[in-house]
Amino acid sequence: MSSDHDTAFIDLRAITKRYAGVTALDSVDFTVQPGEAVCLAGENGSGKSTLIKIISGVEPATEGTIRIAGQDHPTLNPRISAAAGVMVIFQDFSLFPNLSVAENIAFATQLSTHQRFFRSRSARKIAGDALDRIGVQIDLDARVESLPVAQKQLVAICRALASKAQLIIMDEPTTALTDKEVRRLQGIIRMLKEEGVAVIFVSHKLAEVLDVSEKVVVLRNGKKVAEGPASDFDTQSLTYHMTGRDVPEMPPSDVTAGAQTLMQVQGLTKAGSFADIDFELKTGEVLGITGLLGCGRTSVAKALFGLVSPDAGSITVDGKQVPLGDPQAASLARIGYVPEDRLTEGLFLSQSILRNVAVGRLDAHSSAGFLNMQGLTEEASEWLRRLKVKAPDVEAPVKSLSGGNQQRVALARWLSRTPRVLVLNGPSVGVDVGSKADIHGIIRDLASQGIGIIVISDDLPELLATCHRILVMRDGRIIDALDGKSVTEDDLAQRLAS
Amino acid sequence: MSTHTSMKDVTAAPEFRLLVIAVFVFGLMSVLSPDRFLSAQNLTSMAFQFPEFAILALAMTIAMMTGGIDLSVVGVANLSAVVAALILTQFSDAEMPASQSALWLVIAVTAALCVGAIAGLINGSLVAFFGLPPILATVGSGLVFTGFAVAMTGGSAVMGFPGTVALIGNATLLGVPVPLVLFVLLAVLLHLILTRTAFGLRVTMYGANPMAALYAAIDVNRVLLKVYMIAGVFSSIAGLIVMSRANSAKADYGSSYLLLSVLIAVLGGVNPYGGYGRVIGVVLAVLSMQFLSSGLNMLQVSNFARELIWGALLILVMVINTHALTALRGSLKPSK
Repeated sequence: MSSDHDTAFIDLRAITKRYAGVTALDSVDFTVQPGEAVCLAGENGSGKSTLIKIISGVEPATEGTIRIAGQDHPTLNPRISAAAGVMVIFQDFSLFPNLSVAENIAFATQLSTHQRFFRSRSARKIAGDALDRIGVQIDLDARVESLPVAQKQLVAICRALASKAQLIIMDEPTTALTDKEVRRLQGIIRMLKEEGVAVIFVSHKLAEVLDVSEKVVVLRNGKKVAEGPASDFDTQSLTYHMTGRDVPEMPPSDVTAGAQTLMQVQGLTKAGSFADIDFELKTGEVLGITGLLGCGRTSVAKALFGLVSPDAGSITVDGKQVPLGDPQAASLARIGYVPEDRLTEGLFLSQSILRNVAVGRLDAHSSAGFLNMQGLTEEASEWLRRLKVKAPDVEAPVKSLSGGNQQRVALARWLSRTPRVLVLNGPSVGVDVGSKADIHGIIRDLASQGIGIIVISDDLPELLATCHRILVMRDGRIIDALDGKSVTEDDLAQRLAS
Repeated sequence: MSTHTSMKDVTAAPEFRLLVIAVFVFGLMSVLSPDRFLSAQNLTSMAFQFPEFAILALAMTIAMMTGGIDLSVVGVANLSAVVAALILTQFSDAEMPASQSALWLVIAVTAALCVGAIAGLINGSLVAFFGLPPILATVGSGLVFTGFAVAMTGGSAVMGFPGTVALIGNATLLGVPVPLVLFVLLAVLLHLILTRTAFGLRVTMYGANPMAALYAAIDVNRVLLKVYMIAGVFSSIAGLIVMSRANSAKADYGSSYLLLSVLIAVLGGVNPYGGYGRVIGVVLAVLSMQFLSSGLNMLQVSNFARELIWGALLILVMVINTHALTALRGSLKPSK
């Protein structure tokens, strides 16, 4: 063990990180050897992103020691970490879409060498070298926004290499890739390892990177629950360690026979995002819509709530046409929408928990313009209680809550408006494991009360645990409609990626 | 939304800091120039002076609550005053019986308020429907409004009002200056709007996160239109007070009030990024500024130095507030 620590490129010992009373990481040891590929697995909220933030210097650790390349770093910041060779490739790649491939690859390098002027010729050389290193050809002058997702990822990898990366951390590297692209990525990873570059994969879907990895580390609720050679793990054992549960969640009960059609969507089309979306939703039905990142699922979800104006098509609820492209009209038709990104779209972070719920019911509690504060407050508190939001003080800003509780607040706002149709985009993104199961329970409950629910997600176990039917989207179209009961996770994954 | 507040909550509120500042400035000026600053004459004159820019600061406050700003307040005030003044000078004269000139005063005031509302509607439309940044939309519209006022008057002052006009700016009601009464009424009104109405809560929520407001099915365009209309109407009331006190109206009166009203709103704790602001804070900031400005006047500090002091104060307050915000954020996730 001690020799492991001596040679390790990254050596974290007993790292603990607390945010306002929430322990995100609890005494975690973590090592990465040079040239080693490590899978860092865990569900949303397990602490993987916190660990990455600590390694990359974005967040300070509360306790514990950090050693990079044999050197202790009591205070780490992103600059020090980058100088030591730690490069993070985020899910969105953080590239400059309007700059060329060469500029994107060489930009960081040129900055760090303190050159005052950007040199186009040397930029092209740096970029060309980096691309050669991984044996890929991309037009150096192409604007990055014009590239497909897989090539953007390669550009991001090259940028890291050009900055002399010793460790590349990849956040959810395979989410948006097809099978073929995943295989090419695997080849590149093998090549990097031979050159002594270490790699950390951060993901909750690891099957694809398992065979190029040496080691697997599983986090759950901030604790390291498993660590070992990658060959000891398979998809099933990973899932077990990640969730701590062997039994799958209860599948949803059947839709009541003879349930009425609640919502009907016909020919919904928006040039460039989605086309010919047709589906029906019955009362009490949970309908899943899934697909890879960029398949148009979020645009469809937004269109259902009027946040995106479709070019053609119609939406009806209870047989009545809903005006398109108008969130107020959608909300009058009693459609609710809980967005994927709670922090920027879903919640008013600086405002109180109570207000975040009450804002949905202002009209119901106002007479002659003035609010009945007591009624408003009581109703909001009642919903917080019903959804079991753990909040010591409902007057505290909503940002003080954990992800799971924040999601319940967002749900509470819509539930207080007694919706007929609820569109949930990524209902458990960034939510801890326990809350996730609870939220799935809430979804099943709501459905049994006759609300029609549309779950937009790429979390396959989540879809299987909640949905009666699952629509698969690719390139803006629905390519498959599957029965939630009979389809298996592998089958679904294959249809998604093929 | 809760009604219980302990002593600790009171002293921890940012507004408490302002109370301390107001008392401190008042005390300092009283000590530096006791016989003149504390004289009844000075206190009365202060009570007549501050309401005009204080009302502009209220207009600024509601715009800032949405994360926007209204830099056209002075332009709107002057255009409204010019319109009212032209009506008064055209249709009434000193020989008219009082009842008839009072009627014309009511018509002129109504016209001025309409000008304010329309100007606000224009600002609101620019921000809501055309999506212009408020700072640019209102700088532009402010110039247009001022331009209209210049065109209507040829750039010179409009004067020769009937005596009834003095009622707005120079009279007292039960010993209290009428401008002060108007300011108190408007401050209470704005406070009630912001804290007790659905609209007020929507303004705050929109200011806290415009995107989330859209996703919460709030009619954001309507909120913005109303906000800028209220700002416009408040500005026109300030314009009428200026007109009455100066006994004339001109396209370029009160240009220094623009910076002052921004300064007061920010000093009063209104978050320029939106989502937070309390009228009581703005009122305390108004008092601090009036004490300071009146005191500096007595100490015979030049007008230019005063603007320098205000500008420096604005930056200082912003730095302190931003720093306090960062410190607060830091304390939310303690590292030890």
